[in-house]
Amino acid sequence: MVKVTFIHSDGREETVDGRVGDSVMATALANDVEGIVGECGGSMMCATCHCYVDDGWSERSGDRMDGEEDMLDCAASELRPTSRLSCQIKLSEGLSGLVVYLPEAQL
Amino acid sequence: MTLIEGHRSITPADGIPVFDVDPYDPAILRDPMEYYAELRALGPVVFIPRYSVLAVGRYEETKTVFSDHENFVSSRGVGLNDFKLEKPWRAPSIILEVDPPDHARTRKIMARALSPKVVKTMAESFRTVAEELVDRVLARGTIEAVTELAEAFPTRVFPKAVGMKDSHARHLVDYGAMVFNAVGPDNALRREAMARAGEIVPWINAACTRDRLTDDGLGALVYAAADTGEITEDEAAMLVRSFLSAGVDTTVTGIGSALWCLSQNPEAWEALKADPSLARPCFEEVLRMTSPVHTFCRTANRATEIAGYPVSEGTKVLCVLGAANFDPEKWPDPDRFDINRRPVGHLAFGVGIHGCVGQNIARGELEAILGVMAERVARIEPAGEPTWRPNNGIRALDRLPLKLIPN
Ligand code: HEM
Repeated sequence: MVKVTFIHSDGREETVDGRVGDSVMATALANDVEGIVGECGGSMMCATCHCYVDDGWSERSGDRMDGEEDMLDCAASELRPTSRLSCQIKLSEGLSGLVVYLPEAQL
Repeated sequence: MTLIEGHRSITPADGIPVFDVDPYDPAILRDPMEYYAELRALGPVVFIPRYSVLAVGRYEETKTVFSDHENFVSSRGVGLNDFKLEKPWRAPSIILEVDPPDHARTRKIMARALSPKVVKTMAESFRTVAEELVDRVLARGTIEAVTELAEAFPTRVFPKAVGMKDSHARHLVDYGAMVFNAVGPDNALRREAMARAGEIVPWINAACTRDRLTDDGLGALVYAAADTGEITEDEAAMLVRSFLSAGVDTTVTGIGSALWCLSQNPEAWEALKADPSLARPCFEEVLRMTSPVHTFCRTANRATEIAGYPVSEGTKVLCVLGAANFDPEKWPDPDRFDINRRPVGHLAFGVGIHGCVGQNIARGELEAILGVMAERVARIEPAGEPTWRPNNGIRALDRLPLKLIPN
């Protein structure tokens, strides 16, 4: 199990268990974490699973994927250097403890 | 090597259940629910001797195989025909029928052209056309919804969105149906569709060239990538062809199926009327319930496995999206049409790197038509038996008589 903490825009924190190989987006949906929509199901065709990766984790969670930028550009909330599509962050053992912040809006 | 339907004939691994069925029998294509249920019940993967293929229909395995682009490739065709062994009927698509790393190059251009941002700019014109069409059918009362709404709407808005100077509604719808019939075996459906290729294909190809496109549509966005050298001029034409292959018949089917679901489920219609902003989630549930693209194939490009069973190189695997979207293990009470279900993860748009690149437009079109109907139509009632039009790749209505009662 890989622990992932989601911090909502109002400061509320939720820590859930994810499976190695699943994306952060799928982990949020499987645990009913509000604030991640994931409309396209992870094909990188929307920006409704936008999140901000905690500074301490940005290196370990990797760089943006090819094409991710174009979709992030469509995000409903402010874009920051730490912005990622959570469907493109795959959980590994090394990511246990990952902290991501949720934007105010996805749509 | 023996070929069956243009692909390698295989000996399935021990223990894989045998399913004696013709998934492309018109009776099954019309009403596939029993076939879907049997496919899921038999096992995680089955062998279909009739075409010497494997098939998956449970959610987990279908999702896994359909998205595992390393073991199960698209470049050997997403139909029964193995492009490595037999010549495809047309030059393969340079987005649908290619693998990484080639795929990323064309996908990026298409994803940018069809991004939520671009599609948002079309919302107003989609809505204007929807209002006009809905008012017209409301005045008529009893209508045949496949031609009067399902075909009428996309054939008006989509060519305009692409920026086509010439539009031919019939050719556009029929070309889509032809492309989808082509993924099946050499049956009557495929042969009849192909017989019309001589008439339709040259028109389609001509419509994809730069001089037949305006400078403010999706086509122009694709040709802009040719100007910057990302792709060649010929590749741009091929990508515009992809719009025309995949962008009309699919949404026609989506609208028809949505109206069918809503006419069969008055309480869902009431819920949508009470809150027209449910149009989008409603469409997701329509997609899960009806899976317009019911089956696409993948080809094992090396020896691999499915659910622990060995799979040999060259094996064609039918990925039965329609069965997966009805898997009770994944979707509680799958027969129930519930517009509040929010079925994220349904496979109607595929999954993974090839997941539908046109899904934002499809959602935008449906949001417009369902939204306007929810505002202006009091009730939708069946006005006769709906009939389905069998097709090897897409499950679409042929006729849908409806009575529309205005507010
Ligand atoms: C209700 C409507 C639609 C449905 C159900 C649908 C379904 C699908 C499915 C299942 C796939 C995955 C194919 C695979 O993985 O082998 C796909 C891919 C694709 N769709 Fe759609 N589609 C729809 C609308 C559209 C529209 C409107 C367009 C064009 C604007 C479009 C263009 C494409 C293209 C180009 C691909 C290939 C993407 C790739 O391989 O990367 N589709 N679609």
